[in-house]
Amino acid sequence: MLDKNGIAKRIAKEVKDGYYVNLGIGIPTLVANYIPQGMNVVLQSENGLLGIGPFPTEEAVDADLINAGKQTITMLKGSSLFSSADSFAMIRGGHIDLTILGAMEVSENGDIANWKVPNKMVKGMGGAMDLVASAKNIIVAMQHRSKDGQSKLLKKCSLPITGLGCVKKIVTELAVLDVLPEGGFRLLERAKGVSVEEIKAATEGKLIVEGEIPEME
Amino acid sequence: MNKVVKNATEALQGIQDHMTLMVGGFGLCGIPENSIAALLQSGVKGLTVISNNAGVDDFGLGFLLKTKQIRKMISSYVGENAEFERQLLGGELEVDLIPQGTLAERIRAGGAGIPAFFTPAGVGTEVAEGKEIREFNGKLYLMESWLRADFAFVKAWKGDTMGNLVYKGTARNFNPMMATAATITVAEVEELVPAGELDPNEIHTPGVYVKRIFKGSNYEKRIEQRTVSK
Repeated sequence: MLDKNGIAKRIAKEVKDGYYVNLGIGIPTLVANYIPQGMNVVLQSENGLLGIGPFPTEEAVDADLINAGKQTITMLKGSSLFSSADSFAMIRGGHIDLTILGAMEVSENGDIANWKVPNKMVKGMGGAMDLVASAKNIIVAMQHRSKDGQSKLLKKCSLPITGLGCVKKIVTELAVLDVLPEGGFRLLERAKGVSVEEIKAATEGKLIVEGEIPEME
Repeated sequence: MNKVVKNATEALQGIQDHMTLMVGGFGLCGIPENSIAALLQSGVKGLTVISNNAGVDDFGLGFLLKTKQIRKMISSYVGENAEFERQLLGGELEVDLIPQGTLAERIRAGGAGIPAFFTPAGVGTEVAEGKEIREFNGKLYLMESWLRADFAFVKAWKGDTMGNLVYKGTARNFNPMMATAATITVAEVEELVPAGELDPNEIHTPGVYVKRIFKGSNYEKRIEQRTVSK
């Protein structure tokens, strides 16, 4: 089974040279740590920055420079700053190559639920609905099962939807799966020591297993 | 064309109960600290506030929530505020949650004289309820309308006496659009210079949008998540 860093590390392999990438809060933020040195990737922060750098040193902390998770950050060479309207224009306009975000549930047709749990305080969707409605490619980092063992890869989402038919790929603690355009989760890789049977048992939605499924490297 | 006022109190002139305000900032980054303090002191109430977030318990818009001066918030994300949650669950406060990009564009549209537009954000979700849906090139979009306000309070880094503004870092966020979308836009700046000192090539908000400008003081610029590397 993969831990959070393991999931982030596996997702980092999906990032290609030349990509502009938006990373969500949580596990997706960790993906930045595993992008290979020398690969040209620009990270977008939807509060108005292209070119997110590492956290600042204590002396370099600047209250006027934060990411969408409100953490202090730095800028890399070649960064640019812009307004929230410009930021979402580049998101909706399809200029961001890859969006990586977390989810509470994903359905077999690629619907995602990640913003609201009934009977709990509603904090808001932030930029999630804009991102999922427009991104060319969406990869989800999530837990395959809830704490009490319920599958989160479902036939149909039970929680309020954030976006329809938008998820292309999922990386969980157990597996890497594609969401097929015609519906269904196609199993691509297993985490080390996890069997296909185990993944089947953890997936409520339609799971497609073709041939030998390799273990993750 | 001198837009300079003495301070935040003077900049508030004409504000009344039940008005709609826009307040710039993302989290606590780029919020108009002086104007918020003056609003608190003025006691103006029944306000509808359009702002991406709602501050934290003891800073930013959290001040105005504590005193119940805000009746309704229009925001994209309102975590990090226990008093907000208490008032919301107690029915004392109304909240309208809007996808962040839609919020930004509704404000931009308000300033640009575009009464409505179509966006894919929220299609198939509860955000779409009651809204017109239309298909363009095989994809579904929903109609959203502009937002405008009586007052907008924005924070910039530098400004000049004609109201031209320059922002710094990610403190720009919602400030430029809000500056365009209100009857009276109040800008507070860290550095106020005579007209002619800012490079016209580098102005972010042209002065036409700004009615009043003043030099703010005692900026705390509180940080929500101080993350550092060794």
